[in-house]
Formats: sequence, structure tokens, C-alpha cells
Amino acid sequence: MTEQAYRRPAAGTHPANLSPEYKSTVARSPSKPAVILPQTLSEITGPLRREERLDAGESDLTKQRMAAPLGERIIVQGRVLDEDGRAVPQALVEIWQCNAAGRYHHPGDQHDAPLDPNFYGGGRVRADEDGNYRFVTIKPGAYPWGNHRNAWRPAHIHFSLFGPAFATRLITQMYFPGDPLLAFDPIYNSVPAGARARLQSSFDMEATQPEWALAYRFDIVLRGRNATPMENA
Amino acid sequence: MSHALTPSQTIGPFYFGTLANTYRAELAPPGVAGERIELAIALHDRDGAVVPDGLIEIWQANSHGRYNHPEDRRNLPLDAGFEGFGRASTDKAGVARFGTVRPGRVPWPQGGLQAAHVNISVFARGVLNRLATRLYFDGDPALAEDPVLKLVEAARRPTLIAKRDGGGLWTLSIHLGGAHETVFFDG
Ligand SMILES: [Fe+2]
Repeated sequence: MTEQAYRRPAAGTHPANLSPEYKSTVARSPSKPAVILPQTLSEITGPLRREERLDAGESDLTKQRMAAPLGERIIVQGRVLDEDGRAVPQALVEIWQCNAAGRYHHPGDQHDAPLDPNFYGGGRVRADEDGNYRFVTIKPGAYPWGNHRNAWRPAHIHFSLFGPAFATRLITQMYFPGDPLLAFDPIYNSVPAGARARLQSSFDMEATQPEWALAYRFDIVLRGRNATPMENA
Repeated sequence: MSHALTPSQTIGPFYFGTLANTYRAELAPPGVAGERIELAIALHDRDGAVVPDGLIEIWQANSHGRYNHPEDRRNLPLDAGFEGFGRASTDKAGVARFGTVRPGRVPWPQGGLQAAHVNISVFARGVLNRLATRLYFDGDPALAEDPVLKLVEAARRPTLIAKRDGGGLWTLSIHLGGAHETVFFDG
């Protein structure tokens, strides 16, 4: 078989598709194993979104409306890199989250918590040449969900990354360090024990701005490349 | 390997309205070369129920069979305004719709060409990992020799083949489980 351009994820990285504690997976997870596919041009190319014009305001979720949203202003920053530590330059980073009260700007969110007219909750930014990205937002609240009795999602920010190829596409969630709800969350705990802590951001005192905002760091690691280009395999 | 891969999580139910302004259901502005087609991709769960809160992304070559990406270094034309990326959520009927052009064929690493196809990513609440699959075109004589379809047991190949529904509309049902479970790929 042709050597793969992008390495397969190590065992113990991603959740099992069927993670029954997270009830929605039961009817929505394939029962048959995925067919292993040699990586062709279809898999090693992918949308880079290079021509997508981003508004400067899209990376500051506190400035998208008439006034400042309620809640604790925070900085979320980090680096998009691959398993070999190489930067993913110009990576498009997309995020979405609920407001400080735990309510999404979404018609399906029926949680009895106030909407904030000054918080929309969606942001995008393009990383720099070294893969560094930075958002300003407010700390999202915890929110209840119907998975089981007294089920609460720990505070989290949804992240979407394309990386350099179709094969590197990733959607994930960033959590906050030491959140007591993590221990009870079937979505967080769907990730194998040895890997789930990677989804916790770390408090970043150095990037915290005096008199202004706490900072959290969240590095995102996408699939790395095999050393040999596949054409030479 | 010096850095550990970031694990995947579900897109959840509430991306719509925040990721919505980045939708791209029309891939080919006027003037892009090729046969214009529409894709209707329906998403079903294991029990056949529609999935109205899913997100479908597509990635495809242009009509010349060229991907708009630096890894595709072949001397084939790129079309201005055509990236080849689409994103749309499923509607109440569980269907995501795209307007695009029929892709050309792209090479197989060991030689020859693959049959024309569109690459698909599926995301939804309850789907913890991105599910990757492909859309092929019914009636394409190249299907019989496609090296990817040959990796799939014959009985399951129809799950990857869109049917023409009059005019330029192609429909494909993706089943996350059940008797008609779609073939997903680990590429
Ligand atoms: Fe969420």
C-alpha cells in the first residue's frame, strides 16, 4: 500500500463513534468500521479558505454588537500546529459558544437563561505565519442538557479547523482548566482517558492583561505528515 | 512526533446561527467552466429518521479535474472564483443542498484515474468524529474501474452513488447506521 501522506491518529486519541453514555451517539454512529483509504489527491488537498475575507471584528466577540456583552471578558489564544510541532500558517480558526448565562444565540436553545443582545457567539480569525491565533470573548456559562438527570455541559468553546488537507479537518471543543463539571460530562469523557486533558485550555498569566482580562491558552495539534512524500513511496 | 493530536468532539446542536454566515452552498459563480449540477444530500440516523441538525461539507476538483490546492501541481486549469469547498446545514427534512459543477477525474497514486467524485464530511450532534465519505455519479462508466469503489464490498457501493433526479439534480442519502449504512472512509 502507498505510504500515507498524513499519519493515522494514534490509538487512544479520538472518541469511539459509539459512546453510549452520550445518548445521541446510539442512533448516529456507524456500526461498521471505516474503509481504510490510501490517501490520494482528494485527501491530501483540502479547503485552505485563503480567499475568504475576514472582518477584523470577527476575532473580538465582545465588539460585534452595540455594547459590551455581559460576562467575564477573556482572551483565548494559542497555536495551530501539527504533530511534529510545525506551524499551520494562516490556518482559519472558527469558534462558537454560548453567552455568559449559558444560552446560545440559536432558536433551538430552550434553556431558561437570558439571551444577551450584545453577544452573538461566533468568531473567526486567521492564524499568523507561525500558527498563532487570538480571540477576545467572554467566558461561556455552563448549561443543562437532556442527556441524563441533572446533566450539565462544562463551560466550553467549540473550535473548527481545516488544516492543510481534507484529511486534517477537525472540529473539537475547548474546556477550562479544573472545571468540576468535566468529571460528569459524557462528551468530554468520550475521549480516551490519556488524551482528554488535551482539550483543557491552560490559564495563561503571562498573556493576562492587567486591569482588563484573564487569558487562556489552547494549542491545537493537527495530523502530522510522514517524512516520505507519497509520490516516492 | 513531539506533539499529541487534539481529539475530536461533536459539533453539537447549536452551531447554526454562529457558523451560518460562513455557509457556502453555491460553489460555482457564473462563468466557471463545466456542467452545472445541484446536489441534495440527505442525512438519516440508524433508524431512518432524518437528521435536521447536521452539517455537510464538500470538497471537490473543478471540471478539469484540478484541485485548488498547492499539493495539486498538475498542469491543468484553475477556475477563478472556484475553490471547490461547500458547507451547508441539513434542513428540517434532513437535506443539505449545493450548487456546483460536475468534477473532473483525478489521478490514483498507482496510476490511472479515479471516477469523478465529491468528497464529503459529515458533522452532527451525536457524531463525535468527522465522518468522511464520497459521492459518485450514477451511470458514470468509470465507476466499474474506480479503485476506491473496488475497496468497498459490492453490496455497499450503492451507498456512495448519487442518482440523477431529472434535470441537473443529484440526490444521495447518507445513513449513519441501519440496513443502508453508508460506507465511511478512513483516509
Ligand atoms: Fe456547546
